[in-house]
Amino acid sequence: MKRVRSWTLAGGLVLFGLVVLVALVSLVWLPYDPSDMTGGRLTSPGWPHLLGTDKLGRDLLTQVMVGARIALGAGAGAVAIGGVLGVLAGVATGFAGRWLDDALSALLDVLIAFPTLLLAMLVVAARSASLGSAVLAIGLGMVAVVARLTRVLVKRVLAQEYITAARTSGTGWLRIVSGHVLPNIWPTLVVNLALQFGVAVLAEASLSYLGLGAPPPNASWGRMLQEAQATVYTTPTGVIAPGVLLLVLVLGVNLIADGLRDALDPTRRKRA
Amino acid sequence: MSLLDVQGLSIRTEDGRELVADLSFSLDAGERVGLIGESGSGKSLTTLAVMGLLPPGMTASGSIVLDAPGLPRTEVLGARERRLLELRGRAATVVFQEPLTALDPLMRVGQQVAEPLRRVKRLRGAALRQAVRDALAQVLPDPDRIARAFPHEISGGQRQRVAIAMALACDPALLIADEPTTALDVTVQEEILELLSTQVAERGMALLFVSHDLAVVSAVTERVLVLRHGQLVEEGGVEQIVHSPTHAYTRELVGSARQLESALERTAKR
Repeated sequence: MKRVRSWTLAGGLVLFGLVVLVALVSLVWLPYDPSDMTGGRLTSPGWPHLLGTDKLGRDLLTQVMVGARIALGAGAGAVAIGGVLGVLAGVATGFAGRWLDDALSALLDVLIAFPTLLLAMLVVAARSASLGSAVLAIGLGMVAVVARLTRVLVKRVLAQEYITAARTSGTGWLRIVSGHVLPNIWPTLVVNLALQFGVAVLAEASLSYLGLGAPPPNASWGRMLQEAQATVYTTPTGVIAPGVLLLVLVLGVNLIADGLRDALDPTRRKRA
Repeated sequence: MSLLDVQGLSIRTEDGRELVADLSFSLDAGERVGLIGESGSGKSLTTLAVMGLLPPGMTASGSIVLDAPGLPRTEVLGARERRLLELRGRAATVVFQEPLTALDPLMRVGQQVAEPLRRVKRLRGAALRQAVRDALAQVLPDPDRIARAFPHEISGGQRQRVAIAMALACDPALLIADEPTTALDVTVQEEILELLSTQVAERGMALLFVSHDLAVVSAVTERVLVLRHGQLVEEGGVEQIVHSPTHAYTRELVGSARQLESALERTAKR
């Protein structure tokens, strides 16, 4: 049992590590300049362009490598925004009294029902289309989801007898939050944030595909998919390359989340 | 002057149901009193009210005064949280029924015992570790191994011993034991009862022992309060309650305890 679980985590780390490695390499070395359009248009994989070129004659491998940077950055940025704001808001609502809690949860429900795409269009309208706008929109959309989860987790822990027991021995609220509540909710939160990372990567790709994300010539995987879709039958690599990398990254992150869930829970770890 | 003085305590739910009605009793320093009644009779609510920890939505009226040596005499109902924090753990503390849920599953046992010691006795570092070790050593063998364990890694009896060590760590004037043996099997029950009695006697603590089991209560206490549907129906010394109960419900309790006993004796004679 334990073997299988750690295998999940290891597999996820390998896939995720692969994409991180590609992104790191892209920082110091690229096969071609990303804006170099001298490669001939829509060539097939071969030499000197390992993955071929796109419709403007740019090297696909170079584009895909730069795209890894953007995808990881978008995921990390959105999770940072959504995670920090979401957990803070969630802990606050978790501790809030009756009517304040009702009001805040109603607000969270409305925010969750609000489509990320619409939010993104509003942010873009306010700020202009850029990677930053996309990340901001995705992160803000995530706040409500994370906050609602955190609120439920906090409430559940606060209802436990060990909180009452800690209070009967005179433990103050600050110590209850730092000593009992956070340690008991963070495994679930970390797993959820890992999943949210995957969701954010896909959301950034979707927004870029729709032209609401990184504007050209930034090589977001989503925009590469959009640009290559017209020529998918003649040169499929233009779609396959970013598509496969997107799959590898999101699958890797999801496997990590799955593996973490078991690794972070001492009761499961010991029984496994 | 009594250590705990409860006068006319009533506890109501939000929709106005009265769960405890006009309950009055008092407890002197070093006295051991049993609070007995069926489940739902308001025993546990009473103990929570004494700690100032009623669940949200419940309201209490009347008066609960805690007057522990070295601490300010305090009316618990309506007191500020800050004042209550000072009393909890020192004036009074609680050992709960189910030690598995009363211990934080993700915190090592040693840390949980350290928590009240750190706060009340302001111990740190090596002194704190030694105090945790001493506290655990008083209730079970092999304190070092237990201190490193998570609650799910030790047995139910050991968990309850740990909970007792936590409660005793700060030398409270009053120890409230809320059905501390109900979740344990019979042989372990006896050990825990003995541990509680000796520790309470050695430290001259007062004990409020809450249970539905007359036999268990009569083994560790001197005086018994019988609670039914939130009302005090009878009060008296253990001897008096067992030998000449006046209220019908008390007679029923004594009767069923005797039936169990005589059934055992009959089996033994065969």
